[in-house]
Amino acid sequence: MTQASLAQAADPRKPWTDPVAEPFVRIEAVTKRFLDFTAVDAVSLDIYRSELFCLLGGSGSGKSTLLRMLAGFESPTSGRIIIDGQDMTDVPPYERPINMMFQSYALFPHMSVEQNVAYGLKQDGVPKAEIARRVAEMLDLVKMGQFVRRKPHQLSGGQRQRVALARSLVKRPKLLLLDEPLGALDKKLREETQFELMKIQQALGITFIVVTHDQEEAMTLSSRMGVMNHGRIVQVGEPHDLYEFPGNRFVAEFIGSVNLFEGTLVEDEPDHVRIDSPDAGCTLFVNHGISSAPAQMVEVAIRPEKIRLSRQHPDQTDNVASGVIDEIAYMGNLSVFQIRLKTGKMIRVTRPNLDRYDEMPLQPKEPVFCSWGSASGVVLSA
Amino acid sequence: MRRRSTSLKVLALTGFAFLYLPILTMVVLSFNESRLVTVWSGFSPKWYGELLHDDQILGAAMISLKIAFISASLAVVLGTLAGFALSRFPKFRGKVALTGMVSAPLVMPEVITGLALLLLFVAMESLLGWPKGRGVVTLIISHVTFCMAYVAVVVQSRLADMDGVIEEAALDLGARPWRVFVDITLPMIAPALVSGWLLSFTVSFDDLVISAFVSGPGYSTLPMVIFSKVRLGVSPEVNALATMMIVVVGIGVVLFTWNAARLHRMRQREERAAAAGL
Repeated sequence: MTQASLAQAADPRKPWTDPVAEPFVRIEAVTKRFLDFTAVDAVSLDIYRSELFCLLGGSGSGKSTLLRMLAGFESPTSGRIIIDGQDMTDVPPYERPINMMFQSYALFPHMSVEQNVAYGLKQDGVPKAEIARRVAEMLDLVKMGQFVRRKPHQLSGGQRQRVALARSLVKRPKLLLLDEPLGALDKKLREETQFELMKIQQALGITFIVVTHDQEEAMTLSSRMGVMNHGRIVQVGEPHDLYEFPGNRFVAEFIGSVNLFEGTLVEDEPDHVRIDSPDAGCTLFVNHGISSAPAQMVEVAIRPEKIRLSRQHPDQTDNVASGVIDEIAYMGNLSVFQIRLKTGKMIRVTRPNLDRYDEMPLQPKEPVFCSWGSASGVVLSA
Repeated sequence: MRRRSTSLKVLALTGFAFLYLPILTMVVLSFNESRLVTVWSGFSPKWYGELLHDDQILGAAMISLKIAFISASLAVVLGTLAGFALSRFPKFRGKVALTGMVSAPLVMPEVITGLALLLLFVAMESLLGWPKGRGVVTLIISHVTFCMAYVAVVVQSRLADMDGVIEEAALDLGARPWRVFVDITLPMIAPALVSGWLLSFTVSFDDLVISAFVSGPGYSTLPMVIFSKVRLGVSPEVNALATMMIVVVGIGVVLFTWNAARLHRMRQREERAAAAGL
């Protein structure tokens, strides 16, 4: 995980790689308890200026509570929240230089699109002419300029989403919080909007914190993401790092799909490990070292797209497992193979459909060899 | 199938008869020429004419309207504040007590409320010298007391249905809590305020028992006058007055329902159009 990051130390676009960079949002050991339920458990997190940071987690993972504490709707049981050098822990929501885009959009139903967007500026006593100009500018940015007089119920879901975005951006907040911003849109619209959201974020340079349960969305949007589970941050990193170097089983399984093999550590060198895995029916060779006691039980995670299938035994002794194809699911761009290994374990392999026709396509019930390179697997710590 | 629909019809007719037959009887009898209410002697609108010259009834009606109007308006203000506090404030000292007290007038027998208020007014007058005697002021105070309970309940349930996120959005945009209440909460609960006001108006206009306790000489409300007249035998004038009230209320209800249905249809059309991407 660290090799990839350190290679580009102090990249100005990646302030988190710079050890002296000052974080913009600093969450210090924040805990939130509701009666006897701990929603957020001692979370510490640094987020840098102009980042698009995604908080990813399932329902009940505490991501929304954390967001609500940043907005000021909940106050932490303990810990501090510092934004741009100022302690915001006890500042009420209407005095924070932060805006939020709500999952349900929360548009004011009795106000027109224009009035909705202007509302925040009015509270700050901005002159009328400037309000009109900034509202028009913002509505043009989200391509809602022609709907200014409409009421929220006269808009489609996608249009409401744009108005909500415009309303939360028009005050030029230091930090924008987005709670499942694309959750209510259908798949196609969601994909289009993702890129638009990124473009807007880059154009305005505002720091975004996005809460989502959709790992694909988080991967697409974020500069960095934090995976949450049971009120704790499990791992923080760039999407690439989290996918390729998941720190533990939860992250590996939550982001993408993964095959897990159990095994015993037989060789532990600084540059490689060898694991005897009765699960896979072969020796697993991974080209990164781990520091742990010998003969320890470990898990190795291998992504389905990193496994090759062949009829002949490949030219390697480690990382080869043989099995029988159980089922094939054709998905168009790729095919998903369910393979039953000789050991009885089921694994999942995906293969891109490079050509329209395969001269000798693999068939269900056919025996195959599954193999992968030494850089494909990753040893999980827990 | 056929038998079932007949029995349904019979049921429906029985229901309607149960609800409307008494009213219908009264309307018909208001056109009775006879002074004896229960004996039909011919059609005549003369009691309507007499009613217009009966200063006692007209005076009582004016007092009742005035009291109902003022009480309903005050009750909406106080009831809204109470309902808002109960449903939106997280926790405060005495919340349980307030919840109980707000709904107490709804379940308390009117005789007890009336007596309690009377005792209070008498005690207040001898200790503070206010309110002087019993009349419009004491009537209004008493009516506000129980009307407020209705408004609080209506507002509270409306707020419970309403998504608190919309108010949070306003806070987030920099509006202080009081501004949020005025700009966002009030417009959104406006329908509840209207129905709370109408309910209060009706309840206040209708009240007999509590009013009887807290009003003084010269301040008889309409129900009190009607009741005292009925004790001497129902006057056909009362029938005429009731019929006029039914007509006014009926027209109001029809217009209101028609308008609500129209707005609802319009809104649905707009929502469909929006969903279709127009």
